Parts: sequence; structure tokens; C-alpha cells
Amino acid sequence: MAVFLQQLINGITLGSIYGLIAIGYTMVFGIIGMVNFAHGDVFMVSAFIALIAFLILTSWIGIGSIALALFLVLLVAMVFTSLVNWAIERVAYRPLRGSFRLAPLISAIGMSIFLSNFVQVTQGPRNKSIPPMLHGEYTVFSQGGYDVTLSSKQMVIWLVTAVLLACFWYLVAKTRLGRAQRACEQDQKMAALVGVDVDHTISMTFVIAAALAAVAGTMYLMYYGVVSFSDGFVPGVKAFTAAVLGGIGSLPGAVIGGLLIGLIETMWSAYFSTDYKDVAAFSVLAITLIFLPQGLFGRPDVEKV
Amino acid sequence: MAAADKAPAMRLSFVAALRDAAVTALVAFALFLPLVGFQTVSDFRNELVLVTHGTILFALVAVVAVARLGYALAVAPWMRRRALRPARTAAPWRVAMERYVIPFVIGIVVCYPAIVIATAGMGRAVKWIDNFGVQILIYVMLGWGLNIVVGLAGLLDLGYVAFYAVGAYSYALLAKTFGLSFWILLPLAGCLASFWGILLGFPVLRLRGDYLAIVTLAFGEIIRIVIINFVDLTNGYAGIGGIPRPTFFGIPFNADDDGFAAVFGLEFSPIYRTIFLYYLILGLALLTCWVTVRLRRLPVGRAWEALREDEIACRSLGINTTNTKLTAFAIGAMFAGFAGSFFAARQGFISPESFTFMESATILSIVVLGGMGSQIGVAVAAIAMIGGTEIMRDLGFLKSVFGPTFDPTQYRMLIFGFAMVLIMIWRPRGLISTRAPSVFLKERKRIGADLVGQGHG
Repeated sequence: MAVFLQQLINGITLGSIYGLIAIGYTMVFGIIGMVNFAHGDVFMVSAFIALIAFLILTSWIGIGSIALALFLVLLVAMVFTSLVNWAIERVAYRPLRGSFRLAPLISAIGMSIFLSNFVQVTQGPRNKSIPPMLHGEYTVFSQGGYDVTLSSKQMVIWLVTAVLLACFWYLVAKTRLGRAQRACEQDQKMAALVGVDVDHTISMTFVIAAALAAVAGTMYLMYYGVVSFSDGFVPGVKAFTAAVLGGIGSLPGAVIGGLLIGLIETMWSAYFSTDYKDVAAFSVLAITLIFLPQGLFGRPDVEKV
Repeated sequence: MAAADKAPAMRLSFVAALRDAAVTALVAFALFLPLVGFQTVSDFRNELVLVTHGTILFALVAVVAVARLGYALAVAPWMRRRALRPARTAAPWRVAMERYVIPFVIGIVVCYPAIVIATAGMGRAVKWIDNFGVQILIYVMLGWGLNIVVGLAGLLDLGYVAFYAVGAYSYALLAKTFGLSFWILLPLAGCLASFWGILLGFPVLRLRGDYLAIVTLAFGEIIRIVIINFVDLTNGYAGIGGIPRPTFFGIPFNADDDGFAAVFGLEFSPIYRTIFLYYLILGLALLTCWVTVRLRRLPVGRAWEALREDEIACRSLGINTTNTKLTAFAIGAMFAGFAGSFFAARQGFISPESFTFMESATILSIVVLGGMGSQIGVAVAAIAMIGGTEIMRDLGFLKSVFGPTFDPTQYRMLIFGFAMVLIMIWRPRGLISTRAPSVFLKERKRIGADLVGQGHG
């Protein structure tokens, strides 16, 4: 029971990170129907930007308050990562609209290879680790000598994810931009006819996706304290799995899918084997796509001639 | 009069181009500022510290700005003019020459070891035949194998390297455990890889193009993780060493009395094995190409291409789409299995490091850059990319320009990745963008690849 509760806490933390990345996949897929293969690497880039911002703030400027530093790091990572993703869309995806079906995917694979190798070349191939930003652990439950702990890092992740998701929900459901996005998702040509700037809306979708990935990247760096250039690939595939599991195109589905994947992964590691935890996540992807291709909350894919 | 009209327009476009370049430079500065301007390095206490690289940052921004300006002032007007020019037809002598190009190239490739030995001498020829000949031909073969799946059947397979791994491990394990010869295990490895292709392909082939790509990627990773963790069988990360080398019809390539050199009365030299391996992989690659070309004319090959064009039309015509996809998957996997067992026999040592996703991505980028479905294009792309990588290793003068720590090979995948993006933008059909139709009425005409649909699978 206590072990299960501890894994539940860890799983939700990991799941929040996956959920934030998964929203990026599902939004981009919803609006232009492509799997943005480079999104995992955008997440990795954001973690590096956060790392550099953190080092500048602590070692050069010398900010004492960790909360203020974390807030600034988050802000810097979001701004620069959004710019990166905006540029990627302009350079690699926009010229390909109307090309053959697999062209954007191949371009995205190229971009993914480019990003991870760019970071490897500029930052070096070694793991980058920083001392823990936050300390403190609270025992929430105790049974038979086993303490279930909730660290302050985990609480920050939960809090930031919840706040960001609320802002994001407001953006999509209540603002003009969100309305334009939903319109483009349904019918781009019709949306353009009634005066929605489709190109701008798609750009903004990439910007929002990147901002959420940057939150995930900063949280990842804070939680694990280590990042390397190859860290985009596996979380990227897992977040994509989360998006597929929740039903690709569905925003609440992406969050719930992310939480489920996080839980499956931690439970698998705790009760079966750590070596095969990636196999568990990848198998979930294959099984979902084969038996439940529309996911938990998605619309069934209707083939039209 | 006309010139006077034109002048303000020119100046306006020049000002606009300048402004555009300035904006691009600004964006590039912001993009490169965090990741190029600052580098995180570990200091002597193993703590991360920042190092700034102002010169590199500004050099990069300047390059981007100049490139943008050059594009707006020179390339874009040139492309507009070219679009207005009527299309030229090829000169008759070029059409006549084309018939002799392929036999000529095959002739050169067959004579390659002799040419190298004649020009570089026995001692240095080993390196040239091995690094350029054998290494490139492995990728040509893998590219042609993947071309069946991606180019002909239109199924984007991101886990192709898994079948390469199955072939390599099959050969390594069976040869070490049972002592079977290379010539028995080569077809066996192909069969096993193709069996795995069917096994993995069967559940996933009804998925749409991009979903299929991600699931094949997942399967590729699963196979790699299993190889890493199934230590009892595969020895995990440590890999398998001492894999038996192939023999020349039972005659081993060693310095013994019954070795190849002694039997044929030659002086012992490692070059004989290298030349033998070269012809072996050349034969395997040509076999792949020949089988592909022949298969395209069979009903199954036509079904592949029809499936790539329009899956729904295929189904309504009564083609069994699952079986058709499965054959493409299985045959592609079989050639990867052949290439894998050759790889294991050539290296004598294999480990999971050789079968990462980057390897799949390299093979895929060869197929994409060469032009999906074009045999010659894939060969050209493999020569350019793998040969280019090998040449980059030897570029000593770059070290004197960029400093002694500069290693050109680490830019390999960076360039591959960006080339994939650029090719998709400028020539989505790859370097060779004409296709010869498999079925034709009266006369075989070449058609632009734009008319060939792709990737509806």
C-alpha cells in the first residue's frame, strides 16, 4: 500500500511532464495533421536553455531567492523555446504544406536529428548535471516503517503544471486565438474565408506547444538535475504515446494520457523491471494504435475518398 | 524610359531585401544566443560553468544574414526567371549516351580494387577498399532494401535497423554456437530477419502512414532494448566478439599453410580478405537491386506501387492490401538480414551500439535524399553521404582553420538532418526525380516524380 502510494506520487509527477509535452503533439496534429517528430527534441532544447539561464542567474547575477530564480528560468526557457519552434515551423514545415503526405514527417525527422546533433556539437556530448535546486521532503503517510514522501520538487511540478494547464485551457476555450485555432482545426479553408489568419494561427500553435514543452523541460531539469543532448528522443516518443493513448487531437486526452503513461512506467519499474520500462511504454503505443486507434477521447478516423 | 522605371523598383527591392536580412539576423541572434553563445562545461571540481563564444555567435549570425540577402537578391530572381523559361528537351546524344552509363558504372565498380591497388599501392589500398568500397556498399545495399519498403510500397519504416540487427545477431550467435559456415547462415539470417519482419509487420500494417512510422520506430527500439538486456544470449552492451570470418569456399584468409595466400602461392596480406569482402558485398548489393527491378514487373511489385498511389482504389480492385504490404516488409527485412550477417562477418564484433535509431535515420535519409523509388538515386546518395563522412575524417586542413579540437565527423548527422529538411523543401522527390514507369503502353517514357503519389500507405 505504502509502496503503491509512493509510486502513485512519482507516477503523477512524471506523468505531468509527459502530459505537457503530449499537448504539443496533439495540438499540432489537430491543426495541420502532422506528427511533429522534432517535438521531443524541442523539449530537450528547452531543458538546455533552462540550464543555461539557471547558470547565468545563479553564478553570474547571483540571485539568492530560489523561487524567483526558478520563475525567471521558466520565463526565459518559454520565450526562447517558443522562438525556436516558431523558426522551425517557418523553415521546415510551412514550405511543405500541400506537398505529399509524408513530406512534413520526413522533414520533422530531419529537424529532430539536426536539433539533437546541434546541441551535441555546441554543448558537448556529456551529461550536464546541476546541484539540486530545491530541498525538502515531507512524509505524508507511514506504514510498517516505510515512509511515503512528497518532495518539494514534486509539489512545484504539480503546482506549475496545474496553473499552466488552467491558463492553457483559458487560452483555448475563451480567447480569440483559441477560437481561431479550433476553427482551423475543423476546416482551414472555411476559417480563412471568414477572416481567420490561418498561417498566423498555425504559428501561434507551434509557439504555445513550445511554451508548454519548455515548462516540461524546466521541470525535467529541476526534477532530475541532469540533461544530455539525447534526452529528447525517448521522452518524445513516450509523450507521443500519451497523445495517442488519450486520442490524438484531444487536449484533455493528452493530459490524461500523459498521466497514464507516467503511472504505467513507474508502476512497471517498481513491480516488474526497470530495464524494460521503455519497452512497456513502447508496447502501450503499439497496442493502442492496433486495438484503439482513436484513443480514449479521440474521434474515430473516417476515411474519405 | 524603361530603365528609369525599373530603377526605383530595384532600389525598393534592395531596401526590402536589406530589411529582411536585418530581421533574419535578429531572429538568428536570438535563436543562437542561448545554445551557441553560451557553452556549459565542467570545471575541475566537476561543476558546470559557462563559457561564452561571442565570435562564433556573431559569425553564425553574419552567415545567416548574408545567405538571406544573397537569396533575396540573387537566387530568388534567378529562380523566377528560370520558371519562365521553356523546358528544354535532352539533346539526342545525351539520350544515346544514357544507355551506356549503367554498364560503365558497373564496370568501374567491378574494377575498383584493381584501380585502387594500381594507384595507391598494396599497403594503402586496404584502407581505401574497406572504408570507401565496403562501407559504402553496405549502405547502398541497405538503402536499396529499404527502398522496397519506403520507395515502392510507400510504407515509412523507421525501425529498419532492427532487421539489420536480427541478421547480424543470427549470424554471430549461430556461427559461434554451432560453427556453421557463412554460406549456410547467410540465407538463414535473411529468412530469420524476414520472419521477424512478418511477425512485427502483421499487427501494424493496417495503420496509416505516419502512425506506421512511429510504431516501426517503437518496435526497432524494443528489439534494441531486448538485445541490451537479454545478457545471457547477447552479452548485452559488451557485445559479441570473435565472430568467425567468411571463408573462400572453405579456404580461410589467414597466414596458415592451408590459408588463402598459401594455397594460391601468394605472399600473405590482409588485402585478399578485404577484396573478397568487397566482391561479396558488391554481389549482395547487385542481387538486391536485380531482385527489386525484377519484382517491380511482377504482379506483386505492381501492387506495391499501386498501393503507394492509392490504398482505397487498391482495395476496391480486390488487392489484398495486408498481404501486399507484408511481402514488401518481409522482402525489405530479408535484405537487411543479409546485410546484417555480412556486417557481423566483416567486423568480427557486434554490439547494440551499431543498431541505434540514428542508423535507421541514416539509411532513411539515404533513401529520401536519393529519391524514393529510384535505385540510382539511392546509390548516389549513399556514395555521397557515407563517402562524404569518410572523407571528412581525413580533412586535416580543417583542423588548422578551426583549431586542433575540431572534429569534422561530429557534424555528419547535423548535415544529414538539415539536408533532409532542405531536400523536402526544394526537391521533395529526391536528387533523382524522374521515374521509369513499370507498366507502359507502346513506349517507355520517363515521367517526373511529381506525378507519382507517395506515402498514402
